[in-house]
Amino acid sequence: MSKFFTSSIGQKFFMSITGVFLMLFLMVHLTINSLLLFGDGTLFNEAANFMSGNPLMKVIEPVLALGFILHIIYAGYITLKNQMARPQKYKVAIKAKASWASKNMYILGGLVLIFLVIHLANFFWKIKFGTVPIISYDGGQTELHDVYGLVAGVFKVWWWYDALYIAGAIFLFLHLTHGFWSAFQTIGWDNEKWVSRLKVIAYIYATIVAGGFAFIPLYFLIKYIV
Amino acid sequence: MKIKLNIWKQANAKAKGKFEKYELDGVDAEMSFLEMLDSLNEKLIKEGKEPVAYEHDCHEAICGCCSLYINGHPHGPGKETATCQVHMRSFKDGDTITVEPWRAKSFPVLKDLMTDRNAFDKLMSAGGFVSIDAGQAPDANANLVGKIDADKAFDAAACIGCGACVAACKNSSATLFVAAKVSQLALLPQGKVEAKRRALNMVAKMDELGFGSCTNTGACEAECPKGIGIDFIAKLNREYLCASFSESE
Repeated sequence: MSKFFTSSIGQKFFMSITGVFLMLFLMVHLTINSLLLFGDGTLFNEAANFMSGNPLMKVIEPVLALGFILHIIYAGYITLKNQMARPQKYKVAIKAKASWASKNMYILGGLVLIFLVIHLANFFWKIKFGTVPIISYDGGQTELHDVYGLVAGVFKVWWWYDALYIAGAIFLFLHLTHGFWSAFQTIGWDNEKWVSRLKVIAYIYATIVAGGFAFIPLYFLIKYIV
Repeated sequence: MKIKLNIWKQANAKAKGKFEKYELDGVDAEMSFLEMLDSLNEKLIKEGKEPVAYEHDCHEAICGCCSLYINGHPHGPGKETATCQVHMRSFKDGDTITVEPWRAKSFPVLKDLMTDRNAFDKLMSAGGFVSIDAGQAPDANANLVGKIDADKAFDAAACIGCGACVAACKNSSATLFVAAKVSQLALLPQGKVEAKRRALNMVAKMDELGFGSCTNTGACEAECPKGIGIDFIAKLNREYLCASFSESE
């Protein structure tokens, strides 16, 4: 058992588990974000305030951060070790049939990470440590932090932020097309029939998640500029 | 036909190798790739030059000896073929063919295109066997094995241990080889007895020998001359996971 944590399969197992956890988080994140598309923002503000005021989030937030950190650290360590396994490269690069995303997960992960840092600085940091203006509803009876205003503001003022978020979604899409089914394979929850099925489900999942995240900036772009 | 060859030449394990260019005329399209190399070597010997060292044995794609990385493909062009089954009709007149040895830290080059694949033998010694007393050859129906399991075990047993999976993997991972051996034995009653210890020991050995880890690109499956599928890797992961959580050692 103690060897499990240091073995190649054990390390990959943690990549999978943290990956699945992060994929579940993406679903929750997208569900709440989709409220941005409905109404004047009241709905989204209510949801955002509910989430930030929820005591459960105090527990989930550090767990989520740990999930990201473990996924990133293990990825770095495994990639470095894998590169050491072939000190002398081929003159003619390997032409074996394999998806581009599967061979470039580390690069895609790195790009998603860069996006994540910018994204956290844009929203998470401002909501957590900055001052988000208060907006009153019901004639002053309900007071909520205007997170909708913050999001809409960012996407309204700088069009290149919209472009950046769409690019981030594309990197995420490619990362997920391999990551989703690969997680199941590594856990051992796969067989000859499910290999192809899981790959199809991976594309569906990646399209919904990345497509959803890309649609939001696109929506604001169309709403304000056109 | 006339072809140009770009072949890796390395005097010994410690020497620094380099690519050597050769031109060969009068190549018959029906020649096998290895026959073409033989004719190149004959020409080189006649010219008083050092021939190219490469491994081959059965020429029937069952021994796993041949191991040439041709134009970016382990075992060259074609699906489910070993180098010995590649024919010159797969190439065109005037083609430049680059031939390299398997590249992996665990498969050091011995000479030219020959690599030391002893690491696979070490992996087999770590658990790729059955150590129970199986007795005399049993009656045909004494040990009943289901058709599905028998077929699966046979698919895994098709592995000839050539190392193309390692050569094709961007991480030089031996996971497909280990997966085939672990699965083959775990599916049969004689092998089931030691299945857990086998999975643990073979994976530990694989890591110790400096192979990379599996990132599920599927390149091994695409290049395997015996068409071993990556579903066996899922089975290995499952076996290893269960063994890790249940075996006390």
